[in-house]
Amino acid sequence: MDIFSAGFLNYLIALATMSSIYAVLCLGLNLQWGFAGLFNAGIAAFFAIGAYTAAILTTPESPNYLGGFGVPIVLAWPIAMMVAGAVAWAIGRICLRLQGDYLAMATIGIAEVIRLVIKNEEWLTAGTRGIPNIARPFQDLPAPWNAVAFLGLVVALVLVIYWAAERAWASPWGRALRAIRDSDVAAAAIGKNVTQFRVEAFVLGAMVMALAGALSAHYFKFLGTSATEPMMVTFLVWVMLIVGGSGNNRGAILGAALIWVIWSATELLTNRLPGEWITRTSYIRVLLIGVILQVVLQRFARGLVPERPPRMIDDEAKTR
Amino acid sequence: MQALSDFINLYLLPGLVVGCIYALGAIGISLLFGILRFAHFAHGDMMTLGAYLAVIFTASLGWSPYWALPIAVVGTAIAALGLDRAFYKPFRRSPGIVTVIASFGVMLMLRSAIQLIWGVDVKTYDIGIRFPMEFGMLKIAPRQVTIVLVTVALVVALHLFLSRTRLGKAMRAVSDDPDLARVSGINVEQVVRWTWIIGAGLAAAGGVFIGIQTKVHPSMGWDLLLPLFAAAVLGGIGRPYGAVAGGLAIGLCQELATYPWFSDDPFIAPGYKPAVAFSVMVIMLIWRPTGLFRGRVF
Repeated sequence: MDIFSAGFLNYLIALATMSSIYAVLCLGLNLQWGFAGLFNAGIAAFFAIGAYTAAILTTPESPNYLGGFGVPIVLAWPIAMMVAGAVAWAIGRICLRLQGDYLAMATIGIAEVIRLVIKNEEWLTAGTRGIPNIARPFQDLPAPWNAVAFLGLVVALVLVIYWAAERAWASPWGRALRAIRDSDVAAAAIGKNVTQFRVEAFVLGAMVMALAGALSAHYFKFLGTSATEPMMVTFLVWVMLIVGGSGNNRGAILGAALIWVIWSATELLTNRLPGEWITRTSYIRVLLIGVILQVVLQRFARGLVPERPPRMIDDEAKTR
Repeated sequence: MQALSDFINLYLLPGLVVGCIYALGAIGISLLFGILRFAHFAHGDMMTLGAYLAVIFTASLGWSPYWALPIAVVGTAIAALGLDRAFYKPFRRSPGIVTVIASFGVMLMLRSAIQLIWGVDVKTYDIGIRFPMEFGMLKIAPRQVTIVLVTVALVVALHLFLSRTRLGKAMRAVSDDPDLARVSGINVEQVVRWTWIIGAGLAAAGGVFIGIQTKVHPSMGWDLLLPLFAAAVLGGIGRPYGAVAGGLAIGLCQELATYPWFSDDPFIAPGYKPAVAFSVMVIMLIWRPTGLFRGRVF
């Protein structure tokens, strides 16, 4: 096999692009779980809100769904993030004063309601027919360069979010969140507004997840109900963060890349199984990823890149 | 008159039957949350497992699902003990939310294992066509009567167990205060085992009832999860009787919400039934997180 063939190169670019989109999701979840200890079982919901908002705002007019706003992408993505943030704010205000399990139940509910809206409100989302013709940035460039340029954009966004998350990790805000995560009673006793901090982390995380949704919609140029398969996105992102190391932004990125490569590689392997098994391969893959999650949870709970206390920004300045 | 009999036959009775099924699942979620302190995400898929275990006997041996029911209950209880041992027991001393993540993984693993073994096609129990019994304007299917009666019998048995037996009392003690229960010499691990047996057994019964009422498919557990959580929160966490009331209330709410109350169209489109359960849960979390029966809030 010629490893420099165009097909293989395209495959690598696609692999890297998807890994990066998942890295965005993972960094968003790390803001919620790694920073603040908030269990979000509805990642797919915020992903879908971002994807559909961006798609509806940017696509040309169509009788099948609400479209034709002609909003440029640079404006549509922030709007998509704000819509997801508003939903997260509403659900956070209600659930975040209670223990994490209630948030988990409520986010399952949000994911289910968003799924039902996408399926049933065809005037808005085109239902199962899906939204075609979503413009991908740089799509007018010649063949390999359009994909490379889009990959560059996604990687740049990952780096920006990573940088911001690292700053947040070292900041007083991040320290307060870790204190609340480790003992909300103690944090409340020293005067931190526990609910307020949690809502902030939850909303910010949801906004980052919405950005990943928008990126994915514009990457595939098509958005249908299968793109937001409720549990697959949520499950994969959780496994990525736990394996990579929750509470560590580098771990989040590493986990996303590693699990996505495993996920894609198992697709290549399981496709070689004998005929009658081929229809069931996706379930073998889910089972395998599930086993990885359980093993890591029980044996290497801290993940590949464990959480570290931040280097203080002040110290950094002194050593210079 | 026609309108009233339609209301009873097409909305009220189905709501009651669905409510019974939700109650059977919600009891387990509520008990497990009270005793092991975590929201068990794989509970809906335990119902799926029960329904599929019954499929083995109805499909290959031609049994009636009612005969397969006890075997499905026992099989699911054994499976629950195994899952607890492998995936939940290592986290007994960890914060509850880690166990939630583990149960989230178990949920996906159970579902994919079921899809792997039985495939993704919809299955039905072959119970033949039985004509509904008519009482004046009431039309009641025999299976509806059986489901309600068996649920009542199971709830009464659970009540006797919790109030009369040593183990049942120990279970309530652990639910109220696990540390106090431990120092007073209660074998907490034994209580945990029986919680799994009861929770999973009742869930399996509920799963088989869904198969009898409609059909069996791999994602039925996922569809059940939201109403079950809503029922457990509505009844109050750690309150098994509350879970029964919560299950019935959610089932009735979901069905009655689709009745054309104010115009000729359904009040809530049938596609949004799970959203009704979600709304009830959110309202309870705002207004009274302890639930109707003054359960615990963690």
